Amino acid sequence: MAFGADATMEYRDAVLAVSISGEIDHHTARSVRDAIDKGIYLYRPLCVRLDLSRVSFMDSSGLGLILGRVATAEKVGASVELLHVSPRILRILNMAGALRVPGLRLITEKGETHV
Amino acid sequence: MKGIAELIHTGTVSYKTRKEKPPVKVENEMSLRLPALSRNEGVCRALVAAFVAQADPTIEELADIRCAVSEAFTNATVHAYREKNGLVYIAVRLFSDRHVTITVRDSGCGITDVKQARQPLFTTDKSGDRSGMGFSVMESFTDRLTVVSHPGSGTRVTMVKYLA
Repeated sequence: MAFGADATMEYRDAVLAVSISGEIDHHTARSVRDAIDKGIYLYRPLCVRLDLSRVSFMDSSGLGLILGRVATAEKVGASVELLHVSPRILRILNMAGALRVPGLRLITEKGETHV
Repeated sequence: MKGIAELIHTGTVSYKTRKEKPPVKVENEMSLRLPALSRNEGVCRALVAAFVAQADPTIEELADIRCAVSEAFTNATVHAYREKNGLVYIAVRLFSDRHVTITVRDSGCGITDVKQARQPLFTTDKSGDRSGMGFSVMESFTDRLTVVSHPGSGTRVTMVKYLA
């Protein structure tokens, strides 16, 4: 799909690793949301790791996608980590104060946890 | 008599004290009409970006515009028409002083309280999936945002971006 988004998942060692690619908007967020939620309920991981390195576009719908997954993860007692967040996406996250949400961690390139 | 007359004659005083700028003209414009379908969010972004590209924006400027337009179009789809049938009108104008105006207009339900709607995190969405950051993102990524709306009459969002 030209403007679509895709999510590939891998579960290992209590971590659900999700790689999201493509453009995340209100339209494409829906299928990505359902796929990730399915994975969370199926595997009940301790941590959901969202890799955003292959996200070519994201607006505030992506913000809703991320925060909604934090809520789902919370239901199974899991936390959410964000990897490879671009400066633009980080800006959107900060606008909403998303990084202050408990259960959500930002992992920087150096591997440190940014709060 | 000395004074203004002599000063003008000798040319030491210019009576044209205001700097004259060349008039700003519309160099190109585009009008779009798209059904308020969520799948057109990507279409709208691509069309506006393709049009603005002729002004040679930076990667950042283009990304800013794509994001702002995406938010405005999404608002029309999700809120104005509440995911029912409706049309969204998008007008893009490129000006000779390198500023861009983008207007996104709908004839949907309109906003009761625009000031409240523009507050970060405020949303009228009941399903719980909207972040309420649409207007905030639009405001952050453009240089000026104007929202005109009346309940029952639709909404018009105008964004101005000054390109470097």
